[in-house]
Amino acid sequence: MPTVEIDGRRVAVEDGTTVIRAAERLGIEIPHYCWHPGLSIAGNCRMCLVEIEKMPKLQIACNTRATDGMVVHTTSEKTRTAQRAVLEFLLINHPIDCPVCDQAGECKLQEYYMDYDRQRSRVPLPAKVRKRKAKPIGPLVILDQERCVLCSRCVRFLDEVTHTSELAFYQRGDHVELDLAPGKTLDNPYSANVVDICPVGALTNRDFRFRARVWYLERSASVCGACANGCNIEIYHREGTIFRFQPRENDAVNQYWMCDAGRMSYRDLQGEGRLTQPLVRGAGEFAPATWESALGAVASRLREGGAGIVVSAHAPNEEVYLLRHIGAAVNARVAGISWSPPGAFHDDFLVKADKNPNTQGLRLQGLAPDGAVGELVAAAGEGTLRTLVLHRADLVAWRDAAAVRAALERVPYLVVLDTDFRATAEYANVVLPIGTYAESDGTFTNHAGRVQRFWPAVKPPGGRARGGRRSARCSRRSARSLASTARRPCSRALPRTAHPWRA
Amino acid sequence: MPELLLLRCREIPDLRQLDVYLQHGGYAATRKALTTCKPEQLVEMVKASNLRGRGGAGFPTGMKWSFLPKQSEKPVYLAVNADESEPGTFKDREIIEDDPHQLLEGIIISSYAIRCHTAYIYIRGEFARGGRVLEEAITQARAKGLLGRNILGTGFDLEVWVHRGAGAYICGEETGLIESLEGKRAYPRIKPPFPAIYGLFGCPTIVNNVETLACVPHIVLRGADWFRSIGPEKSPGPKLFCVSGHVVRPGTYELPMGTPLREIIYTHAGGIPGGRKLKGVIPGGASMPVFTPEEIDVPMDMDSVQKAGSFLGSAGIMVMDDSVCMVWALMVLERFFHHESCGQCTPCREGTGWLHRVLVGLEEGQASPRDVDLLLNIAGNMLGTTICALSEAAAMPTRAFVTKYRAEFEQHAALGRCPLRSDEPGQSVSFARAHAHG
Repeated sequence: MPTVEIDGRRVAVEDGTTVIRAAERLGIEIPHYCWHPGLSIAGNCRMCLVEIEKMPKLQIACNTRATDGMVVHTTSEKTRTAQRAVLEFLLINHPIDCPVCDQAGECKLQEYYMDYDRQRSRVPLPAKVRKRKAKPIGPLVILDQERCVLCSRCVRFLDEVTHTSELAFYQRGDHVELDLAPGKTLDNPYSANVVDICPVGALTNRDFRFRARVWYLERSASVCGACANGCNIEIYHREGTIFRFQPRENDAVNQYWMCDAGRMSYRDLQGEGRLTQPLVRGAGEFAPATWESALGAVASRLREGGAGIVVSAHAPNEEVYLLRHIGAAVNARVAGISWSPPGAFHDDFLVKADKNPNTQGLRLQGLAPDGAVGELVAAAGEGTLRTLVLHRADLVAWRDAAAVRAALERVPYLVVLDTDFRATAEYANVVLPIGTYAESDGTFTNHAGRVQRFWPAVKPPGGRARGGRRSARCSRRSARSLASTARRPCSRALPRTAHPWRA
Repeated sequence: MPELLLLRCREIPDLRQLDVYLQHGGYAATRKALTTCKPEQLVEMVKASNLRGRGGAGFPTGMKWSFLPKQSEKPVYLAVNADESEPGTFKDREIIEDDPHQLLEGIIISSYAIRCHTAYIYIRGEFARGGRVLEEAITQARAKGLLGRNILGTGFDLEVWVHRGAGAYICGEETGLIESLEGKRAYPRIKPPFPAIYGLFGCPTIVNNVETLACVPHIVLRGADWFRSIGPEKSPGPKLFCVSGHVVRPGTYELPMGTPLREIIYTHAGGIPGGRKLKGVIPGGASMPVFTPEEIDVPMDMDSVQKAGSFLGSAGIMVMDDSVCMVWALMVLERFFHHESCGQCTPCREGTGWLHRVLVGLEEGQASPRDVDLLLNIAGNMLGTTICALSEAAAMPTRAFVTKYRAEFEQHAALGRCPLRSDEPGQSVSFARAHAHG
């Protein structure tokens, strides 16, 4: 293992480690535009030039391997001069239109200018090279050629990751411009990733732009619930509203990327249909009820026996666990169900055909989706079920809508726990609002059996409690068996009872 | 006048025809190399000859060859750099158009030495005639069993393909050339890895200049010692010098390496016409630092020119008399580099255009005195900070012109116009006039 010295501090690294990576180990950021850990090395931006002792020229940290005894200076006068020079070169033809640029606040030109440059422009404004602005290049992406620093990250992403090559460079010298390849549109299923990796305001997201300045947004780590892959994400939100999803690095799941469908699925988590308070059916009509009375009614009904519980693959593991627990306590039949039908589009990269985030979790807790649920619907249809609880399971939208509707007509007491008011709720006696995964604390088990934690990013509309806690309260009242309602005992109990936690 | 080797075509009419070439001892070197030498012996011979690349960088050819991996599953390629694009350079063109078999011999022998069975000649698109001549020569050689399978019955196979470029200076940079051959935009590659390890199609590749390869058959026939005896030992051999600009007899001259620049200008090229005085001379193509009249006693070999503060480069000698405005001359050079920068690396992409615009401002009277130092500062920031040498090619002349002719630059800024410019707008005392004459 070579040991390299960077800014007076030493670090031992594996053979082949580049200087930029070795510096990362020491918590030293070497500024860069073109280098991206998920892409090939281009070495074109020259921002990461550093002084290395015994080398006559400055070297790019992204492509220079750390060797034993190497001494690197990232803050020396030579390095600083080169950084200032590169920034000045990048800015002489840049439009400096930050006030109207959506990248402002997360722009590497802005950040590095403040960190490394801070000199006045030596080029008069009229002398700048002009290029095309605000050119839509796909359903999600818009291009500003003037702001582009030509780092080629997007081009490499489309060449190396999606293999679709929609973008390329045209012309030469300071007239080089990024543009669509002839006859192409940037419409592949991963197109918006180019926005994330664009270090400047050249590529912005048509859905997100101009909706919020990023410095007003909070970020929360989460897991995308749009399919069984479970791409790690960050939820950007403000005052309970989600503005965008962005991928969060996880080498084993999604590397640095996510699909466009998952990215846009934040819209499914907030909308007109969100339930805000418990509803209890009186004489035909729903009426708002307090949690106390609604839960009290459900609990006493469950204790009467003859209940069935359906939990969908959209429920986090903890909710599945609690519902299984309730089921056991009241001697109810518990069945798993997939909720979302398989997607027409899937690939061998990130997009899975299974659009449910927790099918594997359901299966590993012994509730293989779509098995016993058929029997429960049949039992309901025969009138032998006294109570049916549907947890994140819009049964009407499941398979045979007519048969399901007929069966639901015959269920004497239907409890629906859901985020939104959907078709099935029309048949319910009690509707209990629960939170989306963006409002919950829990885990999904992805298609490969990886248990992934998510945290509450925003609060559910109308209330404070979340899905897991509501189920737990329901459980406590009906079964009196769980001492606490928190996630912790649940995740302590799960390893003893379910396979994936035992690995 | 010494014996002409590389420019034998000037003494033998129709040398480009294979039968004529054969009548004059053609392909004897190929026969000798393929039948009496092992590949390693040839590499050693070229090493011993001290042959250095004639394309511009002057890298020892034998050493370059020896960088190829000793054991490789992959095929080895030879890419012949016939993309002669350096302003002021027109030496390879004459070999290509008038003595293509000399080049083909060089290609065959070198390919045999580096165990290559497919060679590509990358020729600039503007050399349409050269491309046709090469195709014709390849066809003729093939028909005589000098190319293709089992060359001269030795069991050695070689195919040579001509690839015409589409008009970009950067395609002459060896890794830009490789990218272009692969059908891509000619963005020079970051090194390492070097082409000898990872070149064309990811395979070990040697890129050699036309004139370099043309030297190889002569080394095979006459030996490394003979080659080394011509000119200085560390940088020997016959050399083609391209003289252009304000001289009586512009053209290509084959002279021993190390011939003094003064002798080339005043004896061989006939000196400055019209009784004018020399003002400056670029010794190695547009990208190399300019010499003042006081600096021209330098021997024209790689080491001596470098010691004198410039580079032999492509040996494109551009002579400027005292009618030339040096600000204008530099502006013309920088217009070229601005136009030809591939745009990959930030300092070159932005710096070449910036230099050009500042120079246009100086020449057209829209500059401030600060701009003289600005030029030096921009050039300084472009040196040693990019993937390939184009940035330096633009920065080095800027530094030399501004430093050596600083008064003239300051005069432009102070006067707010070009002091040498005639009254007619858009007219400049210029190369253009000299070229128009001749």
